[in-house]
Amino acid sequence: MSKTYYNTEDLRKFKNITDWSEELGEKFFEYYGSVFKEGALTAREKSLIALAVSHVVKCPYCIDAYTKDGLQKGITKEEMMEAVHVGAAIESGATLVHGVQMMNKYEKLSM
Amino acid sequence: MIKKSLHLREDHLSKPQKQLEILSNGIFKDGSLPTFKHKISNGQDHPLRANKLEILQLNLGYMCNQVCEHCHVDAGPDRKEIMSKDTMLQCLDVIKKTGVHTLDLTGGAPEMNPNFRWFVEEASKLGIADFIVRSNLTIIKANKKYHDLPLFFKEHNIHVVSSMPHWTKGKTDKQRGDGVFQKSIEALQELNEIGYGMPGSSLKLDLVYNPSGAFLPGDQTALEIEFKRNLITDFQINFHNLFAITNLPISRFLDYLLVSDNYEDYMYTLVDAFNPAALANVMCTNTLSVSWDGWLYDCDFNQMLELKVNSKVKHINDFNEEVLWNRDIVISQHCYGCTAGAGSSCQGSVI
Ligand code: SF4
Ligand code: SF4
Repeated sequence: MSKTYYNTEDLRKFKNITDWSEELGEKFFEYYGSVFKEGALTAREKSLIALAVSHVVKCPYCIDAYTKDGLQKGITKEEMMEAVHVGAAIESGATLVHGVQMMNKYEKLSM
Repeated sequence: MIKKSLHLREDHLSKPQKQLEILSNGIFKDGSLPTFKHKISNGQDHPLRANKLEILQLNLGYMCNQVCEHCHVDAGPDRKEIMSKDTMLQCLDVIKKTGVHTLDLTGGAPEMNPNFRWFVEEASKLGIADFIVRSNLTIIKANKKYHDLPLFFKEHNIHVVSSMPHWTKGKTDKQRGDGVFQKSIEALQELNEIGYGMPGSSLKLDLVYNPSGAFLPGDQTALEIEFKRNLITDFQINFHNLFAITNLPISRFLDYLLVSDNYEDYMYTLVDAFNPAALANVMCTNTLSVSWDGWLYDCDFNQMLELKVNSKVKHINDFNEEVLWNRDIVISQHCYGCTAGAGSSCQGSVI
């Protein structure tokens, strides 16, 4: 039994989710593969979006995977860090914009 | 950044036998990953066989002005292995006899061989379709005696193939040494000035990209577009094609993988990316590699692992194309580097 919740080796086993539900697993991987193909957005742009989202959803597997993917695509560390900040800015903005709700409620309840 | 070769440091990994042991033990011995032989045999006995000889790759010596971190040759200024003129004469004979269409000079820095220019002059008289020199670019700037190399290349219609790990200074210098980026840029500009790499020019200038770390090269075409866009915008540099080459887990790159604790992950990545279509086109099927001392190998990687050809003819002294034809290629787990993804050869991806 593994001693921690996250194990780097588990990323290699991701494809095994198909073992317990072949149909859904395969559908997912096919969809996933199509999403990341070169389209209206380049594979490079998609990789940076994925890296930003990986941080926002705080998935260590995704962070490992898209850091490596970025390196393979020649993406620089400056580009990667900017992408992470975009994710962080949206995430903190999403928190802070709720401050308006707090202010509204405060005003409503105060005499 | 490593300043010394494994050889100079007397590191145990400088011994090919030690490298082969590592590649055969651990995850390959305990069955976590299939050996390359098992993977390609598919249950039956399907060895990899040499086909018609088309490319002759000569390693003119392991001496180099650089000591790149990933170097599979373990080259450096300390290496004294240099091909002699006698062996070069034998190579010229082989070229005449076989009608290979590509001659590929590598090293080390092949230009550091004292008979390099003489050999190029002689070989260029033989009418080879594609005459390649793998030049590390900085050699051109390294010493006054090399400054005229671009013109020398032009005079003999040499196809120049040069390494460039990235279009940014940081990544290039980290892999290849401080100052390498700037010198490489200047060398490329000089080559462009005399016509090399320019659109439509017959003076071919291609770049080799190896990942600077424990990851595979991305799509070759996409990388070529990025390299071109950045090199043109930042430095007005033109080149023809980009060859994306996978780092094979041998010599200094193997050392790096082990020291950085990336070895197992890297091998998993290579094995997961195994592509049968790439297997069909691995370069050893049409290439022969000759070492500085005249021994014959299926490729430059096997040369560094001292895995001589599996044939009665093992040395250029006894060269015989017929006997060498159809020989079984000597393989080990490093071969996974040639079959991952779009495959990898000295001419880049193979599919
Ligand atoms: S320039 Fe080439 S031969 Fe020389 S150390 Fe670097 S990789 Fe090795
Ligand atoms: S390393 Fe590559 S080229 Fe060399 S023998 Fe193995 S598959 Fe062939």
